[in-house]
Amino acid sequence: MLRQFNQFILSFRDSVKDILPIVIVIAFFQLVVLQKPFPNLEQILIGSLLVVIGLNFFIRGLNMALFPLGESMANAFARKGSLFWLIAFAFCLGFGTTVAEPALIAVADEAAEVAAKGGVIIDSVVSRSSYAFQLRITVALSVGIAIVVGVIRILKGWPIQYLIIGGYIGVVVMTMFAPEEIIGIAYDSGGVTTSTVTVPLVTALGVGLASSIKNRNPMVDGFGLIAFASLTPMIFVMGFGIIR
Amino acid sequence: MELLQYLGETVIMTILDVLPIISIIFGFQIFILRESIPHIKNVIIGFAYVLVGLAFFLVGLEEALFPIGEVMAQQLTDTAFMYGHLERVAETVHWSDYKWVYIFAAAIGFSTTIAEPALIAVAIKANQVSGGAISVWGLRIAVAIGVAIGIALGSYRIVTGTPLHYYIIVGYIIVIFQTMVTPRLIIALAYDSGGVTTSTVTVPLVTALGLGLASTIPGRSALIDGFGLIAFASLFPIITVMAYAQIGQWVTERKKKEDEDDDS
Repeated sequence: MLRQFNQFILSFRDSVKDILPIVIVIAFFQLVVLQKPFPNLEQILIGSLLVVIGLNFFIRGLNMALFPLGESMANAFARKGSLFWLIAFAFCLGFGTTVAEPALIAVADEAAEVAAKGGVIIDSVVSRSSYAFQLRITVALSVGIAIVVGVIRILKGWPIQYLIIGGYIGVVVMTMFAPEEIIGIAYDSGGVTTSTVTVPLVTALGVGLASSIKNRNPMVDGFGLIAFASLTPMIFVMGFGIIR
Repeated sequence: MELLQYLGETVIMTILDVLPIISIIFGFQIFILRESIPHIKNVIIGFAYVLVGLAFFLVGLEEALFPIGEVMAQQLTDTAFMYGHLERVAETVHWSDYKWVYIFAAAIGFSTTIAEPALIAVAIKANQVSGGAISVWGLRIAVAIGVAIGIALGSYRIVTGTPLHYYIIVGYIIVIFQTMVTPRLIIALAYDSGGVTTSTVTVPLVTALGLGLASTIPGRSALIDGFGLIAFASLFPIITVMAYAQIGQWVTERKKKEDEDDDS
């Protein structure tokens, strides 16, 4: 009981360290640069406490559920030996986790607003929401394809840099043809696709796959799925901008 | 009381967000793999921890840090703060007038990245897989420095109004060059670290900064120039993580050389 309590205090201290930099930055700018007092200090303290508790629980759950789950599924797929189902799973995981991602929904809505203001689509509620929906599907498709390509890379043991550099060339070429107003949105969409729950799962899946296949190094081959998932949306969204 | 209700609502929202992932995983597990999940009880408790933890984390951020951080971004980009000591606001902005904005951008980019849960997860995994060769804090600090440089440079870009893709293309060239000389083990992890930096904590504050900047500077449109900061925050960590590995390799090689010199 005492040991568990000690452990709790220790991990609590770690989480405090994680958010300390933000607290220092905000306090410095508020008090020294802007020279203003803190409004409702009590609310800020309670909020910070919640952040620390939340982070602590998240990391605990990470090691209990997300990591073991990703790895055990990778092992199970490797044992089953069915390429079709592994690829189907990879696609569903990429598509399914992205299409409902709140950050993506926010960016898609903003993008629709830009398009409406720029005269690309008619400025009405219906056309804006259909534009935002199509954009979301485009990004989700691109992430699904990214995870599939990433999984095939792990199976084949292809070096990641050739695929990434190929992707970069794709981004540069698309930038030359894409309409001006979509470029910023496309570049940003690569960053918003990977959520806090997806990242640990996908990482554990990749590492698990690489460790269950002979002659693969989990460090060299296991990582990289997230990289594909942040690269392909840029290309697909610019493609979407060209076709529209 | 209100806070408790808000917490409860956020827990439900988080469950709804995670529902697609859970149904895909359990669907495949039950219908395709037809295996029971090992330590199923632990996994369920762990999932509950993740959901409750994320909800607390989000509510805490929204209660404490986001409001004040967003107001701060607006105030720092406001001409009243910048030219408060002058009688009249300058007609054209000079990029150096925004020095506090760049410092704030770098500081907020660094500190929010340190607290990013997805990055903590990847750093823990990388530490396990590399057998301790990659330290959790080393990787997190390397990524955070990358985000700091990215957001500061991105703010400079919004102030000066230079096209986004010039910076991105130059960044790509640096990444390709580094890939050729960096230790092979770090390459995939470095590419990954670009994607994990920007989620729960960083995006809202950085978006507020970008929109604040773009809306106060004459000639910029919030809707077009406000975008792009996230792209910078995903590109520069790749460069700094590879640099971190290169410096690490350089230090070990120097040490080895010194040891050899001592022996002889």
